[in-house]
Amino acid sequence: MPEITSRRGLLFGTAAVSAGVLLAGCTSNESDDEPASNDQPAADDKPGKQVTIGFAGPQADHGWLNAINDNAKSRAKKYKDVTLEITEGSNDTAQQIGQIETLINKKVDVLVVLPADGKALTQVGLQAMRAGIPVVNLDRIFNSPQAYRCWIGGDNYGMGLNAGHYIGEQLKDKKGARVIELAGLDNLELTKQRTQGFDAALKNYPNIKKVARQAAEFTVESGQAKMSQLLQAQSNFDALWNHDDDQGVGALRAIEQAGRDDFLMVGGAGALSAMQAIESDNSVLKATVLYPPTMAASAIDLARALGQAKGVSGLAEFEIPSSLTLYSAVVDKENVKTYLPTGFK
Amino acid sequence: MTQPVSPPRDEIPKLSPQVEPSPWRAVVARADVRTLSLLGVLAALILIGGITKPDEFLDTRNLQLVLTQASVIGVVTVGMTFVIISGGIDLSVGAIVALASVWATTVATQDYGFAGIFFTAVIVGVGCGLVNGVLIAYGTMVPFIATLAMLASARGLALQITDGNTQVVTVDGILDLGERDSYVLGVPPLVMVFAVVTIIGWLVLNRTTFGRRTVAVGGNAEAARLAGIDVRRQRLYLYLLSGLCCGIAAFLLIILSGSGQNTNGNLYELDAIAAAIIGGTLLTGGRGTIVGSVLGVLIFTTITNIFALNNLQSDVQQIAKGAIIVAAVLVQRRTASTT
Repeated sequence: MPEITSRRGLLFGTAAVSAGVLLAGCTSNESDDEPASNDQPAADDKPGKQVTIGFAGPQADHGWLNAINDNAKSRAKKYKDVTLEITEGSNDTAQQIGQIETLINKKVDVLVVLPADGKALTQVGLQAMRAGIPVVNLDRIFNSPQAYRCWIGGDNYGMGLNAGHYIGEQLKDKKGARVIELAGLDNLELTKQRTQGFDAALKNYPNIKKVARQAAEFTVESGQAKMSQLLQAQSNFDALWNHDDDQGVGALRAIEQAGRDDFLMVGGAGALSAMQAIESDNSVLKATVLYPPTMAASAIDLARALGQAKGVSGLAEFEIPSSLTLYSAVVDKENVKTYLPTGFK
Repeated sequence: MTQPVSPPRDEIPKLSPQVEPSPWRAVVARADVRTLSLLGVLAALILIGGITKPDEFLDTRNLQLVLTQASVIGVVTVGMTFVIISGGIDLSVGAIVALASVWATTVATQDYGFAGIFFTAVIVGVGCGLVNGVLIAYGTMVPFIATLAMLASARGLALQITDGNTQVVTVDGILDLGERDSYVLGVPPLVMVFAVVTIIGWLVLNRTTFGRRTVAVGGNAEAARLAGIDVRRQRLYLYLLSGLCCGIAAFLLIILSGSGQNTNGNLYELDAIAAAIIGGTLLTGGRGTIVGSVLGVLIFTTITNIFALNNLQSDVQQIAKGAIIVAAVLVQRRTASTT
């Protein structure tokens, strides 16, 4: 649908120009289907030298990953001096290596890579760096610091930690409190980190015991199936932490179908549907721990700054940092209005 | 063993009804042994569940849960059983479930209501089955390849339609079907659909010309053709049937999960094939039962349930699933060769 694309391009072109005229401080009115993101770019907004950014993202078969791609694309469109060379998303390691090699051959100025598997793509990251192309490693981290110039990503351990502390604070006066965990895909490193953080936080609350943990697969279907069985296995518990809001749609269905409302639930990632449920406060879901897809927009900012050899405005350093870890804020009824615009579908 | 002396030629008696059904009875007996061994496995699992978690496992709610979880994959497996009995295979079932569910939920967001969602799911399922059937029956493509192509393209299309998003259903009437208020005499509507599909499947396979033709095509397609069966048309119908089952399953999944997602139905093809195989359906065609397949599905669902109730992790579950497939097939080999 080229017509829509160009119209959208026009929209963003206009937005970029008006942003330039009004400088900072203006608020944008984005259409609803665009991922909203922080409107203050990391580097300054003034047009600089033309930068071509190569973006190798994941296959967008999941709400959060789709939001990553959207965030990267829409942020790149905001800059008149940025050209985005985007490869087709892939979950296949070999295919993604090939795509990045193609981007290297095209001699893009900067690369932004969200690897399907950080360890498996380290070599091609090294290859790009050796070819003189700085790499911004997004989220899933490469094995070697030599394979990237800058890493930006979420804090999986912190996600578990903050979820654990939130639940701990809610239940701290309850004797013999029972907590269960609905984890994500167990063969991903990030799932382990989220669980480790969660367990570490719970250690601060001796009255709380984690009584069960089941792994789902980040899908609605698996969330529904695993949750309904957890509910059957645990006739009473006080809190549930679910690693992912997409599978949370299924988990909430299972809870509804079982007619249970005797516990509080904390989600993960920050999907729009979860935030809306928190806002309306009519289900067990009381909070979600963020893992913001806006990091993709920030990665584009950093890549542009790298390409133009700029630092980050507001920081004293001349160069951009070598690593940036996002904070996994807890969104509950009190602050959900602030975060609602960042919720992804 | 000494041969009985044959009577003079003109004295050969007409085969009496008592003599004639003996091979038929052997077939019945063998099928029963197979079914009984599956029932034995299921009983053993129920015993394990009852011993390890008596309060949670032996509970009406848990029975409802196990049967509900079995319904979606169960409906798919009934269709798959027909296809495998005919000597074919349908690798696209999971992808068709995904495509039908996302297409139907796209309609849901546009407010076409209950009927719109149901018919979209069924039409998409049948449509995909039609493409499979035409390619295989009239394009003389190998079922493995044709349905593999459908797997890839249906998943791709499902991803394109959703753009990676989870499509949450907002039409109330549909979601109500998954709630406990709509259970009739304690039976969830999903389970009723599963039961009806199973009964119709059993009747069609065992009591109709269509069923006999399916077995005949799977046993020996050339012989079936010489016997006057339109083998190509029969094959077309079988893939249509499988697609129809996928459409129904997609609708059940929408009720169950309240949404459509492109990742729906992941690995259903393997689960359905595994259930049919441990149910005694020959992968080479010509033999299989609906009851066996449904028992296969129930065995898998029960294992998952027991493991979750005992808080075992998914790695252990997968290993056990593999072991069960091997054990069940070995047991069947034994029972098949000794009777």
